[in-house]
Amino acid sequence: MTKKREVRIRVPLLTRVEGEGALDIAIRAGRIEQLHLRIFEPPRLFEKFLQGRGYQEVPDMVARICGICPVAYQMSAVQALERVFDVDPGDHIRAWRRLFYCGEWMQSHSLHIHLLAAPDFLGFDSVTAMAKRYPDEVRRGLRLQALGNDIIRLLGGRSVHPVGACAGGFHRLPAPDESCELLARLQAARDDAEALLAWTARLPLPDDDQDFVSVALRHPHEYPMNGGRLVSSAGLDIAIEDYPQHFTEFQVPWSTALHAGLHGEPYLVGPLARLNLNLDRLPRPVRQALDATGIDFPSRNLFHSIVARAAEILLALHDAIAILEQPPAHAPAAAAVSPRAGTGFGCTEAPRGILWHRYEVDAAGLIVEADIVPPTSQNQARIEQDLRQSLQHFGLDHDEQALRRRAETVIRNYDPCISCATHFLRLAVERR
Amino acid sequence: MTARPRIAVHKFSSCDGCQLAFLNAGEDLLTLDRLVDMVHFAEAGPVDEAAQVDIAFVEGSISTQADAERIRRVRERSGFLVTLGACATAGGLQALRNLADGAGWLAGVYAQPEYIDSLATATPIREHVRVDFELWGCPVNARQVLATVRALLFGVRPVADHQKVCMECKRRQAVCVLVTGRRPCLGPVTSSGCGALCPRFGRDCYGCFGPSESPNTDALGRRFEGLGLTPESIARRFLFINSHAEAFAEAGHKWMGKHDEKA
Repeated sequence: MTKKREVRIRVPLLTRVEGEGALDIAIRAGRIEQLHLRIFEPPRLFEKFLQGRGYQEVPDMVARICGICPVAYQMSAVQALERVFDVDPGDHIRAWRRLFYCGEWMQSHSLHIHLLAAPDFLGFDSVTAMAKRYPDEVRRGLRLQALGNDIIRLLGGRSVHPVGACAGGFHRLPAPDESCELLARLQAARDDAEALLAWTARLPLPDDDQDFVSVALRHPHEYPMNGGRLVSSAGLDIAIEDYPQHFTEFQVPWSTALHAGLHGEPYLVGPLARLNLNLDRLPRPVRQALDATGIDFPSRNLFHSIVARAAEILLALHDAIAILEQPPAHAPAAAAVSPRAGTGFGCTEAPRGILWHRYEVDAAGLIVEADIVPPTSQNQARIEQDLRQSLQHFGLDHDEQALRRRAETVIRNYDPCISCATHFLRLAVERR
Repeated sequence: MTARPRIAVHKFSSCDGCQLAFLNAGEDLLTLDRLVDMVHFAEAGPVDEAAQVDIAFVEGSISTQADAERIRRVRERSGFLVTLGACATAGGLQALRNLADGAGWLAGVYAQPEYIDSLATATPIREHVRVDFELWGCPVNARQVLATVRALLFGVRPVADHQKVCMECKRRQAVCVLVTGRRPCLGPVTSSGCGALCPRFGRDCYGCFGPSESPNTDALGRRFEGLGLTPESIARRFLFINSHAEAFAEAGHKWMGKHDEKA
């Protein structure tokens, strides 16, 4: 008897969530009878707040959806708004935006690897406990995280809810001396990033081969961040505006975040999905460092996500250095924007995966309607699918503590933006 | 306070960005671990919500019945309670729902609103329990948070600073964007704390750190009108990150009223 209910709704929805989650599993006669990743973070209704706001307010507002990946929200938003207004910000703005995004990937991935995920694999409860045994590794991670924050600060003034981005470009671009100073520190961090990648590959990661569909952006030349088509490992290849024809969002009773399906099935977004689908877009030195780990990508072991994150830190550092070595033009900081009515789509690669936005705007530049689909809600169904498979594979006869620990490890491995909550996971194992 | 103070960080409805003041602190995070006993901080690992603590940091606003009950339990177990950022101190961005029909919105958004435990409002911690010290900011910054911890470790009361962003602009020799750029800057009525970031980026302050000392919102609103802003867009300026903070709420409603008169 399964209690799983799925409620399909037609309207793409509102507020997304990171925050507090819980896990309920019921096992009967050696079978998982029920498994719910419960997200109970109260909805914050951002899509409603956006209605009636001026387009200039959008980047400041959507940043507040997530303190860990505000840049991603701003980048998907400005991309969509520029499409409504038919504005081309120019190659130099595209380069500065990539740099901005590199900062967020470095910050977010370093935070996740060291503060959230690695303690699981090494048997600690927190980074501070891990730091006592692995002080050098933790400090290396904190340095890379700080560098990522410094990149965001260069273009946004502060790393949480940065103030620099706008439709058309930036409110201000860095002065040459500011970017030179940062470049020197980025160049000095190459060894750290390479050592980190090798270290993650040596972690005692569980071996768990699974079948899943990866979804990510794919760009003609670059490793995807700020543009490209949506592709999947099952052959999907669509423009971002066609997302609603293939992906559906639906409400389940146990989550305040909407679930999503690709043609009705769970799918994976995030670092491993991106890497699996874009190996040939890695710059040569990053590809070599990845190959040197001895892990075969594309990988079907979700626990290789932490290695993918480290590879993306190295990629972000590599790209940030390349951008600053040939600094893009410092002016104009933003292309002129004249509002007009229309609908625009934006999709970029947030640290946790594709972040899709749609805005309908009126002639005065006020938002009529907004849809935002964050990566974590897209991964929920995949996380539940993974939990069923990996716990079965792990062995349901393990004691409750071992089962709980493994379940938490599986969830955290996705770096859900409910990461705080998954550290506060309440697992109720019910045996009958 | 005990030799090694016990600290908790609690999360309510928020974006988690203010907790990053700790998680982005780098080496200071490891130092903090030596100075205090972090007994509850879910995002960092330790979980013991029921523990008695000397200092509790609270992020986020109250928007569910369960949270309204939880904050009362947090208060009972905490010696000194500090709000961490705009959501906890003034409701935050999600307090915009207080201006509208929150329950109706939920029904419009979720097919099955009965599954959602949500109050019609998002309110600051001080509307539910006594607060000992408030840290404003969206987000707070690491210096602010660590200075508060440091002051409390020394056994002194942290100092609240509600100088205007304008003062910070003068100190940093930032060009006034209101005077020279005719931009609707909230700096004259907003507390500094960000380092006058927006004016230094050539753009108008949008009020992250909440109302300053003696904020003359009337005069500023009229100035915005002189710049050509409509009453509705002036109201939007005040009703944004800190829409539930008294001075901004009052100014926002006043201009919203003028908008309705015209309509």
